[in-house]
Amino acid sequence: MGFNVQDIRADFPILHQEAYPGRPLIFLDSAASTQKPSKVIEAMANIMERDYANVHRGVHILSQRATDIFESCRAKVASFMSAEEREIVFTKNTTEAINLVANAWGRSKLKTGDQILITELEHHANIVPWQLICSETGADLVVTRIHDDGTIDLDDFRSKISSGKVKMFACAHVSNVLGTVLPLEILIPEAKAAGALTLVDGSQGITHRKVDVGTIGSDFYVWTAHKLYGPTGIGILYGSYHVLDSMSPWQGGGDMIASVSFEGSTFKPAPYKFEAGTPAIIEAAGLSAAIDWVESVGIENIEKHEAELVVAAHDALAKIEGVKIYGTAPNKASVVSFLCDKAHAHDVGTLLDRAGIAIRVGHHCAEPLMQRYGLASTARASFAAYNTLEEVESLAKAVTAAQEFFS
Amino acid sequence: MFDDFQDLYQEVILDHGKSPRNKRSVENSTHQAYGNNPMCGDKLALYLRVNGQGLVEDVGFQGEGCAISEASASLLTEVLVGKTKAQAMELFDAFHKLAKGEDVHKLSDELLDDFGRLEVLGGVRAFPMRVKCATLAWHTLDSALNLKDEATTE
Repeated sequence: MGFNVQDIRADFPILHQEAYPGRPLIFLDSAASTQKPSKVIEAMANIMERDYANVHRGVHILSQRATDIFESCRAKVASFMSAEEREIVFTKNTTEAINLVANAWGRSKLKTGDQILITELEHHANIVPWQLICSETGADLVVTRIHDDGTIDLDDFRSKISSGKVKMFACAHVSNVLGTVLPLEILIPEAKAAGALTLVDGSQGITHRKVDVGTIGSDFYVWTAHKLYGPTGIGILYGSYHVLDSMSPWQGGGDMIASVSFEGSTFKPAPYKFEAGTPAIIEAAGLSAAIDWVESVGIENIEKHEAELVVAAHDALAKIEGVKIYGTAPNKASVVSFLCDKAHAHDVGTLLDRAGIAIRVGHHCAEPLMQRYGLASTARASFAAYNTLEEVESLAKAVTAAQEFFS
Repeated sequence: MFDDFQDLYQEVILDHGKSPRNKRSVENSTHQAYGNNPMCGDKLALYLRVNGQGLVEDVGFQGEGCAISEASASLLTEVLVGKTKAQAMELFDAFHKLAKGEDVHKLSDELLDDFGRLEVLGGVRAFPMRVKCATLAWHTLDSALNLKDEATTE
């Protein structure tokens, strides 16, 4: 199937509006969250209008239908990632998935002197949960350095992974600030060979690259639906089954138990032992529709289209005097961070907003990475399937105007 | 350029944003505090010297911020000299209301001119996401004078 961006745009009702009178919306903040196609919106309305009840606990027709819809989402996610259904745990989002692993695995397995290895480009969700579990268990958080262009310093990685103390290596698939696509084909096998478990934070990866957990080989791969054209409130923890099976529950409650008495409780097997309480049922319907939509377009087509946008954005911004781009790794994904020498990122963000252009400004929930570059904030434009080359041109024009206005 | 954008970035703000006044530490400072805006990562240090009569003798600030926060800090340092702590807090309260678009109560006569200078930042009320940029220096002032820990706009 051919890729026609106007056809893609027609699927997204929200894009067809003016941000301000006479200023059509140009949405360049998809790395924070993507917009939703009509199919997702309809799927969520449909389940509420026809099929909704709580799951896993009723003999009545609606509970059966809702359970079918919910569990078929698990099957769809498993197929989308080339995993098994029992390896897919529903969470609230990426952050909760990482917290789940840090707690359910780390609390019982980590001890003083053990190490968790992450990289310098992680966002807070892949830093803070590890810090918390380290302070609880006496383990140490160790950080692999990056080069100035945003690529991983492999020498530093190799020296740190070979300490013999690393129990978990956790890294992003794609940097949300620099756009770097991490060399998982190097990092994951070497980390596993060194005896560490491995976790890939796919928040930015799942929406730009084909994810096959067999090929990537990590023990965990986590992501969130709202960055894959799906709803907020539902995320995915993939865990290889033998690892999930070895982990204790984290949160307790209904739905995750086999039996409960006041003397003690027994738990269901994975993935259910990690899903306490009523899950995100309506959101699961939306996530299924989002995966259908992505598969109908083709993730490879999206990747190719976004690569054109990133190259065009780099070229256009680099031509503007006084604009510096942060993150110049080869084959980077759909994120362009930049700074203007005449204008603070926040002032640029406000000017662009008034031109109808939505970008993110700030530290992008990656303060240590900002500190590494000696920055408090950057402006970040990020692209999705529905963005166009004309929008990239508008971005460059508005950034030029910002440089002029504040000079 | 767009009208409300021009309202926000008036000439005075652009001027103070580009060439902030009193961007320096203060010798023998009696009060100081650090402010930080977690949303954007902007950080600011404010220094004051208050004399034996309880009057502000000198004010300075350091840090990096957007045009709005730099201009706001710069203007603060200019209007605060010669004020008592009570007057400073009266200005803080009025400025806070101005930035949030709330009604400002009648100020003491001797503060009217100073507040008039601050009103140039009133355009920020049309930009809710930027109100904290304008108020960061003032929250930091509140911390410094009232001996609180680090100020935060959250």
